[in-house]
Amino acid sequence: MNASIPKIRVRGLSKAFGDKVVLDGIDLDVQPGTSMVVIGGSGSGKSVLLKCILGLIEPDSGRIEIDGRDLLGLPTRAQAELRASIGMLFQNGALFDSLPVWENVAFGLLARHRVTRAKARDRAAEVLSQVGLAASVGDLSPAELSGGMQKRVALARAIAAQPDILFFDEPTTGLDPIMGAVIDGLIVDCVKRLGSTAVAITHDMASAQRIGDRAAMLLKGKLVWQGAAAQLMASGNPAVDQFTHGRREGPIQMELRR
Amino acid sequence: MVLNTVAAIGRVALGACRATGALALFAVEGVSHIFRPPYYPRRVAAAFAEMGFFSLPVVALTAIFTGMVLALQASTALSRFSAESASASLVVLSVTRELGPVLAGLMVAGRVGAATAAELGTMRVTDQIDALSTLSTVPMKYLVAPRLLAGILALPLLVVVADILGVLGGFIIATLKLGFNGPIYIAATLDHLEVADVTLGLVKAAVFGFIIALMGSYQGYNSRGGAQGVGAATTMAVVSASVLILAFDYVLSELFFVR
Repeated sequence: MNASIPKIRVRGLSKAFGDKVVLDGIDLDVQPGTSMVVIGGSGSGKSVLLKCILGLIEPDSGRIEIDGRDLLGLPTRAQAELRASIGMLFQNGALFDSLPVWENVAFGLLARHRVTRAKARDRAAEVLSQVGLAASVGDLSPAELSGGMQKRVALARAIAAQPDILFFDEPTTGLDPIMGAVIDGLIVDCVKRLGSTAVAITHDMASAQRIGDRAAMLLKGKLVWQGAAAQLMASGNPAVDQFTHGRREGPIQMELRR
Repeated sequence: MVLNTVAAIGRVALGACRATGALALFAVEGVSHIFRPPYYPRRVAAAFAEMGFFSLPVVALTAIFTGMVLALQASTALSRFSAESASASLVVLSVTRELGPVLAGLMVAGRVGAATAAELGTMRVTDQIDALSTLSTVPMKYLVAPRLLAGILALPLLVVVADILGVLGGFIIATLKLGFNGPIYIAATLDHLEVADVTLGLVKAAVFGFIIALMGSYQGYNSRGGAQGVGAATTMAVVSASVLILAFDYVLSELFFVR
C-alpha cells in the first residue's frame, strides 16, 4: 500500500440533527497501519464521526475516502463491500444476546464467507483465545459474562474477520482501571497482529496514550487539535490541556443547559 | 389565532402522512428482502415457532370458548324466531369467516407483536442493530423479513386450528347442554359451509399475520430513547396492530363477502 494515500481520509464532513450541528467540517487523515485516537467531551460528535464512516448515519456533506476511493460516491453494493473491511467495537459491546458467545464471534464469518458452522466454531475458539478467553466461554450466553469478558468477546467479534480497519468506541468505559489496561493491551496486540489501521474514540487519557500513535481533539463538531498521542498531556493547546488534565476552568465552557 | 389552528391541523396532517409513508416504505423494503438472497431459513423457522407453535394454547382456548358462547347465544337468540336449527350454521360461519381470524389475530398481536417490538427495540437501543450492519448483515433482511414471512405463514395455520376448535366448542355446548343431536348438528354445520368461507378466512389470517409482524418490527426497529422508548414501542405495536386488524377485517369482508 502506498503510504502517501491515507487509509482513511475525511474532508469537510458535516452533520446536523435538526438545528444542532454535531460535525462541522471535519478534516481527518489516518495513515495505513497507524492508530488514531479521537478525544472529546460527551456529545462532541465522536460517535457520530465513526457512524458516518461506517454508513450508519448519512452525513449532510463532505467526503469520506477509504484507500483513496470516495465512499459516498460508490454504488450501495460497493459501499457495503468497502465497509465490510471495517471491524467495530461498540461502546457497550452490542453483543447479540439471543446467540451464544461463539456465534457472536463468528457472526461476520458466517454472514460473509459462507463457512460451515463447524469451521466457524473452530475459528471462534481461536479468536477467543487471542483475547484471553477459553473456548468453553463460547457456549455461554453474553448475559452470563462480566463487563470485562463482554468487552473481550466484542473485541473478538470485531477482529474475527481480520479487518483492515478497526474502530473502537470508548473501549474502556465502564471497566475498572486494571481491566481497562488489559483491554487496551489486547487492542494494541490485535491491531499489531493484523496490521490494521485503527481509530479509537475515548475520553480516558491513559487509554488514549496506550492505544494511539496520533491523537485529535473534537470540540463542538470541529477538530481543534491534532498531534502525536504522546504529546496529549503537553500539547500547548489550552483547550486540549484543560480536557486532558480535567480542569474546570479554561476555554471550554460546559453547556449545562441546551 | 385562526392561523395557529390551521397550522396545528396542518402539522398533525403532515405528521400522519409522514408516519404512513415511513411505514409503507418499511413494509416494501421488508417484503423485498423476503425474495432476495441471502435467505435466513433458521430465522424464519424461529419466528414461525414463536408466532405459530407457541401461540397455539392461547388461540386454542380463545377459539373453544368463543365457539361455546356462540352456540349458547345463537340457540337462545334464534329460538325467538323458532330457528334454533340454524345454530350450527351460524356458529360455523361466524367462526370461519370472522371470529377465527380476528380473535386469533388479536391474541397473537398481544403476544408476538409486543415481544417483537420489545426485542427489536432493545436491540436498537443497545446498538445491536448497528452491530449487524458492521458484520456484513442487512438488519432488515435478518430481523424483519423472516418475521414478515413467518407471520404470513403462521396465522393461517393457527386459524385452521381455531376454526376446528371453535366448531368443536359449539358442538360440545349444543349437544351436551342444548340437546342437539350430534350427527344432525355436524350435518347442519357442513350443510351451508362453503369452501370460500374457510379460504377467505385464511386469507384474512395471512393479512393479519403480516400486520402483526410488520407493526411489531416497525415500532421496535424505530424505537428511541432507552427503556421508556422500548416500552412505548411495545404499546404502540399492540395497539396499532389491533386497530389495523379490525380495520382490514372490515375492508377484506367488504371485498370478499359482499357481492
